[in-house]
Amino acid sequence: MTHLIQGETGDWEVVIGLEVHAQAITKSKLFSGAPTTFGAGPNENVSLVDAAMPGMLPVINEMAIEQAVRTGLGLRAAINKYSVFERKNYFYADLPQGYQISQYQHPVVGEGTVTLDLADGSTRDVGIERLHLEQDAGKSIHDQDPKRSMIDLNRAGVVLMEIVSKPDIRSPEEAGAYLRKLRAILRYLGTCDGNMEEGSMRADVNVSVRPKGADELRTRVEVKNVNSVRFVMQAIEVEAERQVGVWEDGGEVVQETRLFDPNKGETRAMRTKEFAHDYRYFPDPDLLPVRFDDDFIERIKATLPELPDEKKNRFINDMGLSAYDAGVLVADRETATYFEEAADGRDAKTVANWLTTNLFGALNKLGKDIGESPVSAGHLGELVGLIKDETISTKIAKDVFEEMLKTSKAPGDIVEEKGLKQITDTGAIEAIVDQVIADNPDQAADVRGGNDKAIGWFVGQVMKASQGKANPGQVNGLLRSKLLG
Amino acid sequence: MSDLRDWTIATASDAMEKGEVSSVELTDAFIAAMEAGRTLNAFITETPELARERAAASDERRKNGDARGPMDGIPIGMKDLFCTEGVKTTAASHILDNFVPTYESTVSGNLRDAGAVMLGKTNLDEFAMGSANITSYFGSVKNPWTPEGANANLVPGGSSGGSVAAVSGGLAIAATGTDTGGSIRQPASFTGLVGMKPTYGRCSRWGTVAFASSLDQAGPLTRTVEDAAIMLQAMASHDPKDSTSLPMVLPDCRAACTRDAKGLRVGIPKEYTLDGMPEEIQKLWNQGAQWFKEMGAEIVEVSLPHTKYALPTYYIVAPAEASSNLARYDGVRYGFRKDGASLDEMYELTRGEGFGAEVQRRVLIGTYVLSAGYYDAYYVKAQQVRTLIAEDFKKIFADVDVLLTPTAPSAAFAEGDKMDDPIAMYLNDVFTVPASLAGLPAISVPGGVDKDGLPLGLQLITGVCQEETLFRAASALEMAAGFEARP
Repeated sequence: MTHLIQGETGDWEVVIGLEVHAQAITKSKLFSGAPTTFGAGPNENVSLVDAAMPGMLPVINEMAIEQAVRTGLGLRAAINKYSVFERKNYFYADLPQGYQISQYQHPVVGEGTVTLDLADGSTRDVGIERLHLEQDAGKSIHDQDPKRSMIDLNRAGVVLMEIVSKPDIRSPEEAGAYLRKLRAILRYLGTCDGNMEEGSMRADVNVSVRPKGADELRTRVEVKNVNSVRFVMQAIEVEAERQVGVWEDGGEVVQETRLFDPNKGETRAMRTKEFAHDYRYFPDPDLLPVRFDDDFIERIKATLPELPDEKKNRFINDMGLSAYDAGVLVADRETATYFEEAADGRDAKTVANWLTTNLFGALNKLGKDIGESPVSAGHLGELVGLIKDETISTKIAKDVFEEMLKTSKAPGDIVEEKGLKQITDTGAIEAIVDQVIADNPDQAADVRGGNDKAIGWFVGQVMKASQGKANPGQVNGLLRSKLLG
Repeated sequence: MSDLRDWTIATASDAMEKGEVSSVELTDAFIAAMEAGRTLNAFITETPELARERAAASDERRKNGDARGPMDGIPIGMKDLFCTEGVKTTAASHILDNFVPTYESTVSGNLRDAGAVMLGKTNLDEFAMGSANITSYFGSVKNPWTPEGANANLVPGGSSGGSVAAVSGGLAIAATGTDTGGSIRQPASFTGLVGMKPTYGRCSRWGTVAFASSLDQAGPLTRTVEDAAIMLQAMASHDPKDSTSLPMVLPDCRAACTRDAKGLRVGIPKEYTLDGMPEEIQKLWNQGAQWFKEMGAEIVEVSLPHTKYALPTYYIVAPAEASSNLARYDGVRYGFRKDGASLDEMYELTRGEGFGAEVQRRVLIGTYVLSAGYYDAYYVKAQQVRTLIAEDFKKIFADVDVLLTPTAPSAAFAEGDKMDDPIAMYLNDVFTVPASLAGLPAISVPGGVDKDGLPLGLQLITGVCQEETLFRAASALEMAAGFEARP
C-alpha cells in the first residue's frame, strides 16, 4: 500500500517515525507517593518531591518499572535489565526541579515490533526503537489572570512511557493504524488507558520525504504534541506536501520543530528559542541505576494477557473468522471480550456477523461504545442460538434484536412474550398453506400450469398469514409438494 | 558554670545521668554563650526558645527514666543546610533567606529523636560552596583562634565554618556538618576539632539542601573522637527516602574508640606530599606516623597514583551536579523572587541577585562541563578518573587498614587571603577530596599547632564502611597527640 505524493518533478515517498508519550497506569507518580488521579483540584496531587522543595529526593516507583517492562513485552521488545535515569536540564515554570528525570543512553526497553492491521486485511511490521520512562511536567495556565500565569503541578512527576518507532511508517493511514494498534496493545496490557483527549497519549511525528525509489533519508521535521489519530494523519499529509513543495522549489527542508494547527490545516515552525535547548543530560546522582533479574521479567510475563495479534490468530485459526473480521474484533479489548463471551458455545461466524454489522451499526447510531451496549454479550449469543436451533428465523431475529436494543431484555423472553416462536409444526403450517391455496385459486392454477417462479409469491403469502413465524423451509417444501407434486 | 569548652557529649551526658547538671542548665549556659559570642557570626538563626523547650523535655524524660541515650539533652548547633521544620533554613543564601520548611531533614530529625537540643542554625558558605566561610549571604564567620602575637581575623575554614566556630568557641557542645569535598574535615583542622565524614550513604541526604548529590555526606563536628562516634551513631540511618542511603546498620563506633592501634597497618600515601607545603605540616605528618609506630602499628608507604587528578576531577563533578541541583531555585515556588517582564527575565533577575558570586561561578562551570560538545571531554572523563581513584583506594585497602595524611595544606589563614584567587582557595581541598570522590569514611583529628599556635589536623581514611577501624585509629591518634590547645 504505497502512498505517493505526486509532485511536479515526480513521485515522492513519505518517511514517518512516531514518538508516543503514553501515561503509564500507576497509583502514584514516578518518583513520589503523590496520587495520579485525574480530575483533582489544582495542585492537590503534589508532594514535597513534586514541588522540588529543597533537599527532596526522588525514589523510583517500582510499579512504573513493571508497567514499562510489561509494555516492552507486549511490544515484543528487548528488555534491558540495566537502565539509567538521567536529568534533562531546562528551565520552565511548570518544571519544578529545573530538570526532567528521563532515560537517555540506557532505556529500560530496547528494540521491538508492532504489527499493523491494514484496511485490506493485510499486515505490516513497524519497528520499535526504544521505550523509556520519564516524568511529565506540570501545566502552565495563561488565561486566568491578565498578568500572571498559573501553575498546576498535579501532572508534574506523573509516569510517562515514551515509545519511539523506527522510521518505518510510509503513509498517514499506516500512522493511524500504528497509533490504533499501539493503543490497543497498551489497553490490553493495562499499562495506559490510551485516552488521547485527556492527554494520556500524545504523539510527536517525525516526517521527511524522498523521491520514490530513493534510499536516502532526507532532513526530518518534528511535528510536536499532536493529540488525536485524525490530527496525526492530517499533520503528516500537510507536512509532507509542504516538504515536497520546498524541495521542488529548489529549497531545502530544515530540521526544526513545528506545530500542527488543525483549524488552518497547516504546520508552523516554533520559534527557534523554543527548541534551541542544550539539555545537558547526565545520570541523576540521586538515583541508582535500575537493575532487575530474569525472574522479575518472568513474573511479569506470567501475568500478560492474550494480546491482539495472538487473539486475532486464534479467532482465524480456531474460530474460523476471516482475517478482516478477526482484525476488527481484536482492535479493542472490550470488543474482543464481548465477542468471546457472546460466541461461547455459539456459532462464532454468525456471532461475528451480528456483532460487526448489526450491533456496531446500532451502537454507532446510539453514539455508545461497546461497554455501554444495551444488548449484553450473553443476550447476543442467545439470539444467535435461537436462530441456529430454528426457534426464530433470521428475519424475526432482526425484530427481536430491535426490541433488545430498546429494552435490554433477553431474546428468549421477547420471543416468548410476543409469541414470535417459529412454527415448525408441519400440521399447523399445512393448514395455513391449504388455506392460502384455497383463497387464491387463480394463482395456484398459474403455478400448476408451469410458472414455477410464482411459488415465491405463495411463500410470501404464507409467511404473512403466519406473521412471519412459519419456518420458511417447511413452507417452501409444502407448497412445492402441494402445487407441483 | 565553668569553661563551657570543657564539656564534651560524653562528659555532659554522664553529668546529666548523675544528676550533676540538667539539660536546661546546660542549654541556658550555651544560649548565653551563643548570645555573647555573636561576634563570631557562627549562627544564622538562633532558636533559644525551641532549645529550652527541648531541654526541658529531655530533663523530663530523664526524670522518668526514659532518657534516649548519650545525645539526650546535649545542646548542639545545626548547620543551616539541614531543613528544620518551622525554623528558617537558608543554606546561607539570599535565594532562601525567607524559607521556612514544613519538614525536618532525616539527619536533624534523627538527632531530635535522640534528644539533642538544637541551639540554632549555624552559618556556612553559601550552599556549602567554599573553604573559608566567606561566601555566606549572612556574612563571614570568624575563627575563634587567633595567631599568637597578632590580631588578624582568621577564617574558620568551610563550608561548615559556623559549626566549627560554635564548637571551638564554646557556643555549642557539638555541631552537625556536611562534607562534599572536605567541608567537615578542613574546618575541623582549622579550629582544633574532630570532624568526621562517614561512608557515602551512612547519613541520609533527605531534607538536606543539596550541593553535589554524589558527594554530599553529613557528619559530626566535636571536641573528641568519642563524641564524633556518639553523634554519628545518632545521625546515621538507613532511609528509604534516599535511594543512595546504605541499607545497613552502622557498627558500634563508640566501642571501637576503646581499642588500641596495635597491629594496625597504617599507609602513608606518597602522593600527598605537595610541593611548597609548609614544613610544619610535613613534620606533623611524620610525627603522626611515628606515634602510630610507637603504639605498635605498622607504617607502610603506599601509592595512590591517580591522586593528582582528584582535585580537577572534583571541580568538574561537584559543579556539574550543583548546576543542576540549584536549578530549582528559580523564584517560582518559594524563596527569593525578583519579578521581571518575562519568565526568562524573572529567572535572570532572581538567580542573578539571589545567588552570590561563588555559587554563580560554580553553576557556570557546571553548566559548561555538561554542555554539548564538552560533556565527554569533561564530565565523562571526570567520572572515569573518579572510578580510577576509587580503584586506587580499593587496592590499597587490601593491604593497609587506614591511611594517614594531613587534613589541609595550611593552617587557618587570614580573611582576605586567597579571596581573589579561586584556584588557591580550591587547593584547600586537595587532601580531603580524594576520599570524597571514593565515598570513603575519613576523619580529621587535631594533631598539634603550628609556629603561630594555630591548630593543624591529621586525616585518617579507611575503606568503605570501615568506620570501626577509622574510629579505632582516630582514638589512638587523639591519645598520642594529646592536643590540649585552646583558642
